[in-house]
Amino acid sequence: MDVSSMQATATARQEPLLSIKGLKTHFATRAGVVKAVDGVDIELGRGEILGLVGESGSGKSITGFSILGLIDPPGRIVDGSIDYDGLDLVSMDEEARRQLRGNDIAMIFQDPSMTLNPVLRIDTQLIETVQAHAEISAAEARQRARDTLVQVGIPSPDERLKAYPYELSGGMRQRIAIAIALINKPKLIIADEPTTALDVSIQGQIIYEVKQLCRKTGTALIWITHDLAVVAGLADRISVMYAGRIVETGTSADVIERPLHPYTQGLINSVPSHATRGHRLHQIKGMTPSLLNLPQGCAFRERCERATPECLVAPEPTLLPGGRSARCWNPAL
Amino acid sequence: MPVFIINRLFQAFGVILVMSVLVFVGLYLIGDPTSMLVSPEATEIERQALRKALGLDQSIWVQYLTFLGNAAQGDFGRSFLTGQPALQLIIERMPATVELVIVAMTFSVLVGVPLGILAGLRPKAPSSKAIMTGSILGFSLPNFWIGLMLIMLFAVYLGVLPASARGETVNVGPVALSILTIDGWQHLALPALTLGLAKAALMIRVTRAATREVLPMDYIKFARAKGLRPSRILNVHLLKNILIPIITVAGLEFGQAIAFAVVTESVFSWPGMGKLLIDSIITLDRPVVVAYLIMMVFFLVILNLVVDILYMAIDPSAREKVRD
Ligand SMILES: Nc1ncnc2c1ncn2[C@@H]1O[C@H](COP(=O)(O)OP(=O)(O)OP(=O)(O)O)[C@@H](O)[C@H]1O
Ligand code: SF4
Ligand SMILES: [Mg+2]
Repeated sequence: MDVSSMQATATARQEPLLSIKGLKTHFATRAGVVKAVDGVDIELGRGEILGLVGESGSGKSITGFSILGLIDPPGRIVDGSIDYDGLDLVSMDEEARRQLRGNDIAMIFQDPSMTLNPVLRIDTQLIETVQAHAEISAAEARQRARDTLVQVGIPSPDERLKAYPYELSGGMRQRIAIAIALINKPKLIIADEPTTALDVSIQGQIIYEVKQLCRKTGTALIWITHDLAVVAGLADRISVMYAGRIVETGTSADVIERPLHPYTQGLINSVPSHATRGHRLHQIKGMTPSLLNLPQGCAFRERCERATPECLVAPEPTLLPGGRSARCWNPAL
Repeated sequence: MPVFIINRLFQAFGVILVMSVLVFVGLYLIGDPTSMLVSPEATEIERQALRKALGLDQSIWVQYLTFLGNAAQGDFGRSFLTGQPALQLIIERMPATVELVIVAMTFSVLVGVPLGILAGLRPKAPSSKAIMTGSILGFSLPNFWIGLMLIMLFAVYLGVLPASARGETVNVGPVALSILTIDGWQHLALPALTLGLAKAALMIRVTRAATREVLPMDYIKFARAKGLRPSRILNVHLLKNILIPIITVAGLEFGQAIAFAVVTESVFSWPGMGKLLIDSIITLDRPVVVAYLIMMVFFLVILNLVVDILYMAIDPSAREKVRD
């Protein structure tokens, strides 16, 4: 039985909201084809929270942008399917995709100082998001904007509505961006490292609030981060990404407590914790390989302590006991 | 805000003082205007009398101080040539120039900004390359040459447009305007096109550069992620951001054109201020030259203020900087 059909039986409870199969997004550059996303499978149920974890350059953002259809040349989705609620996002025409963006599927970006348009007032930027998707009077849209600001815990919303982005702090701007993502009550939010640019205390607050909001509204969430610790308490399931592929997927508890893939193990061992205090942190040996020059077979092979001759052939995702999957010849079972 | 206006005005006075000294000394060194004014048969006594009448018998510094004293009271002297007040001469010529430049600048913005955006949106498309080639041509061909070619084509070869003067004008109060008559427009067409093409070439470049700078910004991608319609992203999110450099450059170019539309006005014998300036320099008509340049410094300072105020209307964070 192949992986997808086994997963389908495992999750037969319900049609998934989002189902990505074999997604490949490549960039044709002068130096060669950059396979930023090279065979990604993601399955996400309604209201589910997935943590997408991986180091810089592993293809997390490109995966997110592929879902929204925001890949610009020289990038292109060259293969695979993205099924959202019965709709095929890859072959869909651009206008239909636009109507989904910001309405059904919303995104929050990494750097809040860059995502809001500097010359437009906050109210404009909220109201236009409503009016792009519904025939609604400005007054009504404005009321909805105000309600959403209250919902995301922004104090004195009326003043904030009249402000320009430069008048607000980074944390406040990111809250506004979250409000923009939430305003049309989407079914799925893709949050691309939304707290990385903020300081730690605000980071924790925002993660907590977003989780509460998603739970309350039944919104599914893909939380992209390079920091396993961030998603540990947030996500239902975690997918670990390496060099354009997902190398391991499982429930948060499974992935963090019993990682199967050598790369995930390496990531966990390099996170400081009580257990490792006083000891030297274990770093993954070697360097992240360039996407233009990946080793033959498993992309992690040259850094892997468990590599065997089989690893010269690229492993496929394999379903393992406990409904987990990993892309590895020698998973730590 | 008033503080920065006052600063600007002080700077303007400084510039005017330095400039008026330079113009005085410069024209003094070039030659004696009386030789232009009297007939070749005039006796030395007649010349002396004229010099005395114009105050040219005094030393250059006395002349300068006298001028400053009068200027402080709003009197910029009279033309050596016609005896009319210099200021009045200039103001009479002003409408012709302003009208020419406004038409030319409007043309350049209406043509240059959309073409520049187009070229910026798809830099690799053949149409964009064609636009940029056109812009390089318009930018590097000398103004007078474009003017002459247009005259050749439209006035000489096709014979559809006149090549000189203002045509029929209509008076609005004391101001004579060509743009109110068909004949006036026909006369305006070629000089405005000549001036406008060069400015449009510049606007294309500025707009394209700004567009290419703004497009990769996160806020444009975020606007797309919000599902905004492409027209809204273009007309609001992009346009409002590229407007800042466009207004800055258009403002400066407008000022340049008003103050120094000399070449175009000469080619088309357009009776504007630029033509007056050239004629006055040739006849060493110092009061007119000095008054003209002083007026232009004032004008450019005011124009810069207007540009800054527009700038603040668009860029909210610029308002903050001025307040501090
Ligand atoms: N326009 C592009 N042209 C060429 N390569 C690109 C382009 N955009 C992205 N890439 C490549 O795709 C790869 C994946 O990029 P992506 O932004 O998805 O990484 P990421 O996992 O989000 O990393 P980070 O944590 O740094 O945000 C990178 O190696 C990058 O070099
Ligand atoms: S497939 Fe082989 S090289 Fe790759 S992670 Fe597993 S053991 Fe290591
Ligand atoms: Mg990223």
